[in-house]
Amino acid sequence: MEYLSNMYFLLALTFIVYAASQIIQSRTGWTILNPILVSAIFIIIFLKFTGIGIETYNEGGKYIEFWLKPAVVALGVPLYKELSAIKKQFIPLIVSELAGCIVGIISVVLVAQLLGASKEVVLSLAAKSVTTPIAMEVTKAVGGIPSLTAAVVICVGIFGGMTGFKVMRLTHIGSPIAQGISLGTAAHAMGTSRAMDVSDKYGAFASLGLTINGIFTALLTPTILEIMGVI
Amino acid sequence: MVIQCAIIFGCLALGELIVWLTGIKLPSSMIGMLLLTTLLSTKVIKLKHVEGMANFLVKNLGFFFVPAAVSLMLFFDIIKAQWLPILLAATLSTMLVIVVTGWIHQLMRKL
Repeated sequence: MEYLSNMYFLLALTFIVYAASQIIQSRTGWTILNPILVSAIFIIIFLKFTGIGIETYNEGGKYIEFWLKPAVVALGVPLYKELSAIKKQFIPLIVSELAGCIVGIISVVLVAQLLGASKEVVLSLAAKSVTTPIAMEVTKAVGGIPSLTAAVVICVGIFGGMTGFKVMRLTHIGSPIAQGISLGTAAHAMGTSRAMDVSDKYGAFASLGLTINGIFTALLTPTILEIMGVI
Repeated sequence: MVIQCAIIFGCLALGELIVWLTGIKLPSSMIGMLLLTTLLSTKVIKLKHVEGMANFLVKNLGFFFVPAAVSLMLFFDIIKAQWLPILLAATLSTMLVIVVTGWIHQLMRKL
């Protein structure tokens, strides 16, 4: 049984579980079977069942997590590829993204504070709309709990992907570009994957939305939190 | 591969340097990302010198935070204690972001 806490075994397990989750999601097409969520739940149950501590798991896990930062840097490439699309619609995109970003941060902070969430939790919720690596980096920078942010970001992605089109139908958001960027802005990569289901055009603008809101959120979150007196 | 890693980690290292020098409250990786975009658009770096590695990293973004999601088990107590504010704040705010972004974009396009 001691073998089960071997670093390379736990790394292999993580790769295998994630690959299996990806296959399950593509077979079923269910957004809720998000591979990150499914893998994490499986590994948590495995660790609880075998009594292996999270510190032991992270001895291997840190080598996976190490790639988060270079992966965020790599987002500079899709951003560069979208530059001409951004330039064409620069003002409408920037203004709507900016509004979505600010409203997203302020509303989540206000509702959480109103319902009595602790300061640490409020700080962890602020960047909830953007793609996880960016959200976690922002949370780290403002002093929240990055893992809590990761969880909330996944929940937001599932929720946004599931309800997004319904919400937009009810509120008369009909233009494909507006629908695309709204989904990407509010529900990052998972909203983008939902938009991709409808058409590539929706998907392209959703990825634009997630990129711009990622930047805005990283740039503005500390300042907005300071103005609101949270930090 | 080595050149591609050199560029990506070079941008990251520059990002770290900028954070270290200025004490700015921004993730070094985000600064690195903006540096990479700038270097590409000013033609200092060619797309082919970074594209393969960048695609690999971006495509597997999700996988890289599985350990962080596993570490969530450390925070079950804080989530359990405050699940209602977390749930309501996240869902209400997400719907609001969708509506505000979409409305303002449609409005701006009409002007």
